[in-house]
Amino acid sequence: MEQLIQQTAAGLANGAIYALLALALVMIFVSTDHINFAQGEMAMFSAYLTWQFLQWGLNFWIALPVVMVLSFVIGVGIERVILRPLHSAPLLSVVVVFIGLLTIFHALAGGIWTHTIKAVPSPFPQVSFPGSSYIGPHQLGMIAVTIVMLFALFAFFRLTPLGLAMRAAAQNPASARLAGISVDWMLALGWGLAAAVGAVAGSMVAPAVYLEPNMMASILLYGFAGALVGGISSPGGAVAGGFIVGVLENLIAFLGNALERATGFYLVGNGEKLTVALIIVITVLTLKPSGLFGHVTVKRV
Amino acid sequence: MATTASTSSTVADTATGFAWRYRYWLLLVVLPVLLIAAGKAGYISNFQFLQLSLMIVYSIAVLGLILLTGFNGQISLGHGAFFAVGAYTAAIMIDQAGWPFWATLPVAALVCFIVGYLFGLPALRLEGHYLALATFALAVAVPQILKYKHIEPLTRGVMGINVFKSDPPFGLPLSTDQWMFLVVLALAALMFWIARNLLDSRTGRALVAIRDHSMAASTMGINVSHYKAVMFGISALYTGLAGAMHGIIFEFVSPDSFRFELSIAILVGAVVGGIASLPGAIIGGVFVQVIEKYADALTRKISAAVHLPLELEPWLIYGVALIILMYTMPMGIAGGMAALWRRLKRS
Repeated sequence: MEQLIQQTAAGLANGAIYALLALALVMIFVSTDHINFAQGEMAMFSAYLTWQFLQWGLNFWIALPVVMVLSFVIGVGIERVILRPLHSAPLLSVVVVFIGLLTIFHALAGGIWTHTIKAVPSPFPQVSFPGSSYIGPHQLGMIAVTIVMLFALFAFFRLTPLGLAMRAAAQNPASARLAGISVDWMLALGWGLAAAVGAVAGSMVAPAVYLEPNMMASILLYGFAGALVGGISSPGGAVAGGFIVGVLENLIAFLGNALERATGFYLVGNGEKLTVALIIVITVLTLKPSGLFGHVTVKRV
Repeated sequence: MATTASTSSTVADTATGFAWRYRYWLLLVVLPVLLIAAGKAGYISNFQFLQLSLMIVYSIAVLGLILLTGFNGQISLGHGAFFAVGAYTAAIMIDQAGWPFWATLPVAALVCFIVGYLFGLPALRLEGHYLALATFALAVAVPQILKYKHIEPLTRGVMGINVFKSDPPFGLPLSTDQWMFLVVLALAALMFWIARNLLDSRTGRALVAIRDHSMAASTMGINVSHYKAVMFGISALYTGLAGAMHGIIFEFVSPDSFRFELSIAILVGAVVGGIASLPGAIIGGVFVQVIEKYADALTRKISAAVHLPLELEPWLIYGVALIILMYTMPMGIAGGMAALWRRLKRS
């Protein structure tokens, strides 16, 4: 029982990261209808930036905002320079460019910081607190930071004029343009915000896993799974989906272990994490592509 | 109305078409004879024959993706998975059952067709981005699936399988690499010929119609879902055959040879060569192998030449090539050349 609680708590902590990544994916999907396959590598690159600032002696909580701003600028730059000219290009071109970005960020990170695994210290104090036998301080911190980010974003989109403009641009670009909103810049801002959210995800997960150029592959896959489970057109749903797949991931491994102990038959364990994500992705896509909270898109012919 | 135009011009086309066809077959006989002669004379080493074979193998793999994406409009980022299925099918049959390599090819083709068809069935409900996403997930998960515990007796887990090349039959005076080169060349010729005939047929026109407007195609009486799933199977068959030959001439398969990078390499080959062009598959295959072989040296040379403070990586070339091509030649090198040729002819 205790182990079950532990696994669930760890799942929630992982889920926080998946939720952030899923949120970043959804922000780009809602406004541009594109699935950003490079999101994970961008987050990985941001995590390396954070590590670099830490190496230069900066405090984590100063480095993180700096990296968020840098990532924001990179995200806006990518949208303006690379994706803007492909505005009306066929889908394949866009997907290919995303794959190109993925490989570029991967190669850059490996080239600049080499492929040696780096440990990142946790920014949270290693203290014990009630319940700390179930969940570590860093895991708790990840969840807290995610929740803070969510509220900040929610407030930004609900309460500020700029957030309203961005929502308008995503929902109905033509009318938004008529209302005097620069839709192009709103899309670029969306990209920037997504990159910044991804930067938080990368920087928070880096202390939990080791920092290396491949660290985001499985996390991105679970981010996709989270976004799909929640509904890739719904930000709130994506966050919920992220937490759901985080817990699901750990519970499946836990149940697999229990099954093996009880019957001696090995079905699924930690070695099948990516396969589980693949199955989740395909199941959701085939059975309910709109996810739990997304709305069904009706296509006019 | 398109049919009347084409029938009236077929008379003129037959003569040139015949010449073209004749030229291809001629090339197919002359080229290997010349190359083998050069090999006998010592101008081409066995290692270079291996490189040539790998280029041809990747061309077949790229052709599979081109058939699916370029001619049927289904985006796949996970063709490395089918490459792996083909390679493992052949390797397991040789390793466990001691089959000769050529006998494993039809089996690998069949297995890959079935796997591709089955993956294509749920993929039918997915369009565009979602299909790309599902296949992306597949590509990332492949090495883990190959390491699954219950298939370990067959796949030998992370250790991989050693496959031994067979010597040329009938006591032919060829080295193993030269013999394998001839085999893959013949296989490629066969597969390209089939692909061309497929695309020229009623089926091919249906596939292209589905790509261009699936709803219009279905109102014309084309069974869209049937064609799409079968095309997924055929595409997997092509790429799987390439995988089988890769395992055989490389003499080794292991889960980590089929990482996500492989799927990207196949995609890059298709995009660089020309996504809707059969000759583009050859360009793509050559490109994949050249990059895999020489990108390391090339990037090192570049970073030394401009004194970059960081080490450039081969992947950077992939990424930059992809993005630049999407701007300059969205239809790849073959498409770009064709456009250039048209422009030259006009002026």
